[in-house]
Amino acid sequence: MVASANTRLRLEAAHVTALFGHQRAVRDVSLLFPAHTVTAIIGPSGCGKSTLLRCLNRMHELTPGATVSGEVLLDNVNIYGGDVNPVELRRRIGMVFQRPTPFPTMSIYDNVAAGLKVNGGRPRGEIADAVERALRQAALWDEVSDRLRTSALALSGGQQQRLCIARAVAPQPEILLLDEPTASLDPAGTQRIEELCHELKRLYTIVIVTHNMQQAARVSDYTAFMYLGSLIEVGRTNDVFTKPQVEQTEAYITGRFG
Amino acid sequence: MSGRALRRHLTSRLMTVLVIILSFTAVLALVLILGNLIAKGASSLDWAFFTRSPVPAGQSGGGVANAIVGTVIVVGLAALIGVPVGVGAGMYLAEYGAGRLGFLVRFIADVLNGTPSIVIGIVGWTFIVKPSGRFSALAGSVALAILMIPMLARTTEEMVRLVPHSLREAALALGYPRWRTSLKIVARTAMGGIVTGCLVGIARVAGETAPLLFTALGNLNFSLAVGQPMQTLSLQIYVYATGPFDEWHRLAWASALVLMGLVLVISLAARWVTRQRYGSVR
Repeated sequence: MVASANTRLRLEAAHVTALFGHQRAVRDVSLLFPAHTVTAIIGPSGCGKSTLLRCLNRMHELTPGATVSGEVLLDNVNIYGGDVNPVELRRRIGMVFQRPTPFPTMSIYDNVAAGLKVNGGRPRGEIADAVERALRQAALWDEVSDRLRTSALALSGGQQQRLCIARAVAPQPEILLLDEPTASLDPAGTQRIEELCHELKRLYTIVIVTHNMQQAARVSDYTAFMYLGSLIEVGRTNDVFTKPQVEQTEAYITGRFG
Repeated sequence: MSGRALRRHLTSRLMTVLVIILSFTAVLALVLILGNLIAKGASSLDWAFFTRSPVPAGQSGGGVANAIVGTVIVVGLAALIGVPVGVGAGMYLAEYGAGRLGFLVRFIADVLNGTPSIVIGIVGWTFIVKPSGRFSALAGSVALAILMIPMLARTTEEMVRLVPHSLREAALALGYPRWRTSLKIVARTAMGGIVTGCLVGIARVAGETAPLLFTALGNLNFSLAVGQPMQTLSLQIYVYATGPFDEWHRLAWASALVLMGLVLVISLAARWVTRQRYGSVR
């Protein structure tokens, strides 16, 4: 498919089907995510793009009645295999949600440290270093370094979302999943997050779900278009947006539906 | 002004006046009770009232120190038993109570919430006083705890349910196990509401008399032994108010004022805790 021979493959979805009860939200999707790239999943509301993302870190199955079939391979190991512990898996795959979700009872520092502490057994100094590194990676350090002990709720929406990114990257995950991370942000906040994607892909493999096509065009190396639960087309972002192979993709990106 | 506009205007005025009158009626009860208590009880509040135990009937003077200390012990012990069980049950209902067992627990809590408190007193008598052969403060505390548990379970459940689902997901996505999510994220976020619920529950049982009649029984002497009968303010009021002596009636009014004040202080503390936790979020 799209991964050339010299790029290393980190994550692969193979014939993934996700159900809510008997309703199929994702239908037999196979997709490759090469290392150190940004892959955007686009499509109209309800096309299953968020559900697919939630299958990649086994969050989907936490919804009552939700099930998954097919395989998701992380470094060639099926994360749905019997010997994989989903809780430990989620520590290797960071996730950021649509709305900022800082923990309201925790300070800025404790929010970022939350994922480190849950892993356990790290000395205090190591955690402090990791918190600073994560906040720098999320381009938030300069704004909050003098008030790390204050409530995270005092931050603006855009800062809160970057805090959530810092929280997700602090434990140094291998994959970063972003579920419409700029949906509740203003243009300035959106721009900062998009710049972050470029920075962070040097360190992580990023999958971003967005219903904003300009955003997909700006941040991603590969773009996958989904419609009604099925993967319609995937390719290099430039190719998908300039010469889409499938008529539905063209209709969507030119704004004729969705 | 046209006829219709005038009619609307008058109706609006009428309704506003009506709800104001009704609001005042609701508050009137509290004002009357408190005013009456202060008028008849405040004059008896002196140092001796708070520091001395009752004197034999017919003599004047003496205080209700035994009842004040007894109330603190009996209610405190009840909170010690009731809060962990009630809050724990509420956490269970909110976080894991979707199934049949959750439904059952919820149903039982609701039934227990509606059970007359005197029935709970009789239960305490049957299961603790009768087998142990004596009335005791501990039996009273257990009765009050039974009264408290369903209240706390339901308010805790409500408060925990108010925590947004997105917070739970954020914690789980970070690799928090489910129990740790419940404890470290959800419970901590709901803590202000849970503490408020506990204080309201404690204030509510502090004024109970019926469950204590068959359990703590009452004691005219100062006692700290939880295995023995113990006086509480509510029991003191009951005995003094129904007794034949004017001196007793005077002390009953004063005791009622102190009890009311105690409940008021706990309620205010509950308000304060709520504001501390949620003031900035709202």
